[in-house]
Amino acid sequence: MMAEDRKVVLKVDNVEKSFRLPTEQASGVKQLLINWTKGIKGYREQQVLRGVSFEVRQGDFFGIVGRNGSGKSTLLKLISQIYVPECGSITVDGKLVPFIELGVGFNPELTGRENVYLNGALLGFSRTEIDAMYDDIVDFAELHDFMDQKLKNYSSGMQVRLAFSVAIKAQGDILVLDEVLAVGDEAFQRKCDNFFASVKKDPTKTVILVTHSMDAVKKYCNKAILIKDGKIVASGDKDDVADRYSIENVASSDRELSPDGYEVGLNKTVRNLSIVPESPIITNGRDPFVFSVKYDVRDLDTFYLAIMLHDLKRGGMPFYSDDIPMGVSGAGVARFSLPLDALNPGQYKLVAYVRKLVDGASPEYPDTEFVGFTNDARSCAFIIRNPELNSYALLTKSALALERLD
Amino acid sequence: MILRELVKTDFLLRYQGSFLGIAWSVLKPLMLFCVMYVVFVKFLRFSDGTETFPLVLLLGISLWNFFTEATTLGLCSMTTRGDLLRKINFPKYIIVISATINALICLSINLGVVVVACILSGVQFTANILWLPLNLAQLYVLALAVALLLSTLNVYFRDVQHIWEVFLQGLFYATPIIYPLSMVGDKLASVAPGVGLLVEKLMLLNPAAQIIQDIRHNLIAPMTTDTIWTLSDNLVFQLIPVALTFVLLGLGIHVFKKYSPKFAEVM
Repeated sequence: MMAEDRKVVLKVDNVEKSFRLPTEQASGVKQLLINWTKGIKGYREQQVLRGVSFEVRQGDFFGIVGRNGSGKSTLLKLISQIYVPECGSITVDGKLVPFIELGVGFNPELTGRENVYLNGALLGFSRTEIDAMYDDIVDFAELHDFMDQKLKNYSSGMQVRLAFSVAIKAQGDILVLDEVLAVGDEAFQRKCDNFFASVKKDPTKTVILVTHSMDAVKKYCNKAILIKDGKIVASGDKDDVADRYSIENVASSDRELSPDGYEVGLNKTVRNLSIVPESPIITNGRDPFVFSVKYDVRDLDTFYLAIMLHDLKRGGMPFYSDDIPMGVSGAGVARFSLPLDALNPGQYKLVAYVRKLVDGASPEYPDTEFVGFTNDARSCAFIIRNPELNSYALLTKSALALERLD
Repeated sequence: MILRELVKTDFLLRYQGSFLGIAWSVLKPLMLFCVMYVVFVKFLRFSDGTETFPLVLLLGISLWNFFTEATTLGLCSMTTRGDLLRKINFPKYIIVISATINALICLSINLGVVVVACILSGVQFTANILWLPLNLAQLYVLALAVALLLSTLNVYFRDVQHIWEVFLQGLFYATPIIYPLSMVGDKLASVAPGVGLLVEKLMLLNPAAQIIQDIRHNLIAPMTTDTIWTLSDNLVFQLIPVALTFVLLGLGIHVFKKYSPKFAEVM
C-alpha cells in the first residue's frame, strides 16, 4: 500500500512504565520516618507497560483498545507527555493536543468565553490561535447566547458540549481522545459523527482514540492496537483488533472457585474440561472450524460429550451436537471439526458438556444428565468475518433460501 | 500565554463573590496596619520616635504580606492545580510563577497606597529611590526561590504547609517589621557594649530583613532606617544576604527541575 509513504508523526519505541503503589495510606513525613526506621520501602512496584512499540503515521485514525486496567490510559498519558517513560522513547512530530478528560481547567466561576481561552491556553495555543478558532467552537457547541454566562449556570450537557467542541475544533496536528465519544443529545452525536467522518478523510489530521466501543473503532479507525497487561497483543488491521478485543471480553478470566475447590463447571467427577481451538479463531467461514476437547473424567463406566454452539451477537443456540459416546472415563483429547458454511458472520462460542447415564438407563437406550461443563474461561470463542456476507441473520442464503412460488 | 490566562483566572477568582472585590487587596493590609499600629505602637510603644515610623510600619507590613502570600500561594500551587497536572502537559513552573505574580500584583497596589501616604505626609524622597527596582527584584527572587522549593516539597510531604506556617510566624518576629531595628540595639546596649550592634547585624543576614530594611531606607527614611550597608563596612558580610537569596534561587530551580517531571504521577 502507498500508505507507508506518509510520514511518521508519533513513534513509540519500547516504552516501559511502572508505578509505585504505596502500601500504607498516609503520605507525609511521619510515615516516611516510620518506614525508614522499619527499613520497609512503603510501596510496591506495579509494572503497567512492558515494552510497547508502535508508529502512527500522518492521517491515521488510530485506535487503542483494551480492557480496564490494561494500561491504555497510562499509554495515553505517556504520549501526551504527562508521564515520563522509564525506558524507551516517544517522539512526536507536530502539535499534539491531548484530551485525557474533557474541560480540563474549566472553572465554574468563569464565563464560557473565559473558559475557552483558559482551556485553549492550557492546551498550548496562543491568543491569536484561539481567536481564530473561537467562532468555530461556539458554532459547534451551539452556545452563542451563553458565552458570557458563567459556567456554573450551564446545564451539565451544555458544559460537556462546550468542552467537546474545544476538543475537536482545536487546530492541532494530532488529536488524542480518551473515551469521549458519547456526549450530548442525539443531534449533537450526529454532528460529532459527521465531524469524525470528515477528519478521517483529511490526510493532514491524525487522531488517536482510546475507546471501548468496537463500533467506533470499526467505523472511524484505519489502524488499531489491542493492549493487554501492558503489552500489545494485536496490532494493525482495525477489524482484527476489534474482534480480538471482543473475544478477550468473552473469554473473561472468570476463574472463581466453587466452595468444593473446583472451578465453576468442574467437580470431582469432571476434573478438567476445556476446548482448545486448532483453527484460527478469526476465520472467513469457508474452512471448517477445528477444535479439540481436553477432558479428565473419573469414576464413570460410560460418559458422553456434548457440544453447544452459542451465537453471541444475535443470541440463541444454533446447534447442539447431542451425546457423543466416549466410553470408559479417563483423561484424553477429542478432536472435532465443525463446518461453518451455513453461518453468517458473527461471534460464536463453543461450550462442551460432560454427561452421564441416569441411574438405571443402559447404553442401548441412553438417557443422560449433565455432570460438568466448560466455564467462560475454558470455552472457546471464535469469529467469522466475511465482507461478502451480511450479518443480519444467522443462516447464510446458501444454507436456507426462499423459494418464490407464484 | 498560559501564564497570562492563569494569572488572570486567579486574579478574577480571588475576591469572587465579595462586595468590595479588588478593593480588598488595598483594604486588607491597611486594616492589618491599623491593628498593629494600635497594639504595638500605641500600647506597647514599639517606635523609634520618628514621625515616619507609621509609614515605615505600613511599608514593612505590605512587603511582609507579599512574602507570606507569594510563598504560601506558591507552596499550595502544585497541589491545588493537581487535576490540571495530571491531564495536560505544560511547563509546571508557570503555576508557581503565576501564584507569585498574583502576590506581586497585590504588592504593587499596596506600594501605590504607601507612596500616596508618603506624599500626603510630606516625606522627602531622595535619590535613593533609584535603588528600589533592584531591591524589589531581590524580594521577588527570594519569594520565588522559596516558593519553588516549598511547592516541590509539598507535593511529597503535605506536612510542609503546616511547618511553613509556623516558620513564617517565627520569621515575622525575627524580622524588624513591627519594631524598629534600632530598638533591639537600645535594649541590648545595657547588657554589654557592642552586643546590640552585633545582634542588629546578625538579624540583617536574614535576606527578608535585609530587603525590607533596604526598601524602607531607600523609599522613606534614609536617615533613621539602618541597613546592612550602613551598619557594617565589611563587604563580604554585606553580600551574605544577597548571596543567600541567589543560592536559594539556584537550589529552588535545581530541585524543581529535578522533581517536577514526576509530579503528575506522585499526586
